[in-house]
Amino acid sequence: MPLLEIKDLHAKVGDREILTGINLAVNPGEVHAIMGPNGSGKSTLAQVLAGRELYVVTAGEVLYDGKDLLGMPPEDRAREGIFLAFQYPVEIPGVSNMYFLKAALNTIRKHQNLEEYDAMDFLNLVREKMKLMEMEQALLNRPVNTGFSGGEKKRNEIFQMAVLEPRLAILDETDSGLDIDALRTVAGGVNALRNPNRSMIVVTHYQRLLNYIVPDFVHVLSQGKIVKSGGKELALELEESGYAGLGIEDEEEAVAKV
Amino acid sequence: MTAVSQQTGAWLSQITEQPAAEPWLQQLRETAFQRFAELGFPTTHDEEWRFTNVAPIARASFHVAAAKQLLRIPNGVRELSLADAKPHLAQHAAFHRNAFVALNTAFLNQIAVLQIPRGAVIEEPIEITCEASEQPGRVAVHPRTLILVGADAHCTIVETYKGQGAYFTNAVTEIVAGDASVVDHYKVQLEGREAFHVATMQATLGRSANFSSHSISLGGALVRNDANATLSEGTEATLNGLYLVNGTQHVDNHTVIDHAKPHGTSHEVYKGILDGHAVAVFNGRIIVRKDAQKTDSKQTNKNLVLSDDAVINTKPELQILADDVRCTHGATIGQLDDEAMFYLQSRGIGKHDARSLLTYAFAQDIIDRIKVPSLKESLERILFEKFHEHAQ
Repeated sequence: MPLLEIKDLHAKVGDREILTGINLAVNPGEVHAIMGPNGSGKSTLAQVLAGRELYVVTAGEVLYDGKDLLGMPPEDRAREGIFLAFQYPVEIPGVSNMYFLKAALNTIRKHQNLEEYDAMDFLNLVREKMKLMEMEQALLNRPVNTGFSGGEKKRNEIFQMAVLEPRLAILDETDSGLDIDALRTVAGGVNALRNPNRSMIVVTHYQRLLNYIVPDFVHVLSQGKIVKSGGKELALELEESGYAGLGIEDEEEAVAKV
Repeated sequence: MTAVSQQTGAWLSQITEQPAAEPWLQQLRETAFQRFAELGFPTTHDEEWRFTNVAPIARASFHVAAAKQLLRIPNGVRELSLADAKPHLAQHAAFHRNAFVALNTAFLNQIAVLQIPRGAVIEEPIEITCEASEQPGRVAVHPRTLILVGADAHCTIVETYKGQGAYFTNAVTEIVAGDASVVDHYKVQLEGREAFHVATMQATLGRSANFSSHSISLGGALVRNDANATLSEGTEATLNGLYLVNGTQHVDNHTVIDHAKPHGTSHEVYKGILDGHAVAVFNGRIIVRKDAQKTDSKQTNKNLVLSDDAVINTKPELQILADDVRCTHGATIGQLDDEAMFYLQSRGIGKHDARSLLTYAFAQDIIDRIKVPSLKESLERILFEKFHEHAQ
């Protein structure tokens, strides 16, 4: 049984329809890359899966582990093992990274009938994961993402993922704004988390990230639909001939023409 | 009878029942009462009271009771007699313009007069707790505090107001900070939910003194806080505040920072969290006198409004008479950030917890600046409980 099954998903924001019929099945352990030009709906798909209320689902269904995902509030999705690494991680002044992450982890563990971590166990866990992400421990005591550099924010996302150990991780343009060293570290962190029970959806605009996180499948999104699917070689094809080679333009331009 | 004399009449009979004091004090009381009778309680036609209607106080009749002030005085702090206080008492908190200060002065009776000798460094906080005990009928208390801090002395003052039932606290605190002294003042207002609380804190600050005042206003039905500081040359003053209101609470914070001399620095951050049908007022006046060149002043008022029915009135009031100064001010009114809510929820944190966490975070920087660990801890606990209440 697939871990995630998206059937004919339509979603809009305001009056604008962004997803126009997505079909996708993700099995346990698989890594799926979603590529596409700006405005094709990649980030919308990621946010809809995580439960952002800004987007209204107008048709279709999503089954997660056989359950109706769209009926769940975002926090329940997280507790059931879905994790979204944000394209733009949110700064939350006044809430320490440490407090936030411990609250998140224990809420999820409680939901899954696992014992909650005490301060000591949590610190040990966090230290181990920070090493993986080559993060400085000082970041833990700072407010969530506040004053972090772009690279630190992205690292912090993957660090959170490492601590929360989701079953389905959705990475939304985790590569954007990263220099090559930061990209390697982030990708290294992601790869270390790959396992046969954990699925990933990697949303990216560029093929570059997929040199480091090698996907099992690549899907190309255009105008809110998957227009082409293939293996990892599809990403390389795109790298050579661009989206234009598939007859796809940036949607913003397409919109401008209307 | 006019409305004013109706209002003052009930107070007058209680004034005359007061046991006579030494002539100078008796004289002060009488002058103050006369001024109160002339002013009457303010109305919303007074610019200073435009958004705060004190009619519920003016119309009610109260029985004046002795203000019970519990003092915790660390070693090195002297408690002075009323006679010793004479040169300073009522010299800082002026009663000619403020009817409530006049009323407090008219009922001057037991007062806390504390002196920190020149050069003394007092590490333990001076704690002054005013608790209105539950009594039959409506009680009015007029607590009065005078703190004289010598030159180069360091001290911390924590004033707490609390009580139960429907009563009226009308407090006045005068602080005189000597040259180069360092004074950290906290006022924690935890009055009962039916109480009226009106208080003036007036600080007169010496040359190069460093003064900070933190006003935390959580309780009361109708609350007015006046926090005023007059700076001297090179003085650094901080006025911070946090007000948290819900239900039908009304809290009004008026501040005046008076830069009387050159090279003064002032920082002011007031933050408010409003829920339910609550109303809050912030009015921050900054005066830079003609001589006060090189003044550096910054004022910020931020409000987090959690319900559609809460109302905030915020107004900066800058009176700048010098020409070589830097004064900035800003006010914001906002709701909880949707993106931050979603971010927390996407990590498994429930909606209610996310709301209370973000609300708490909004207040955090004011709490972080509290340097008395026990006070900080107890406020963190109180706020945490309150935010859970708010989030429900």
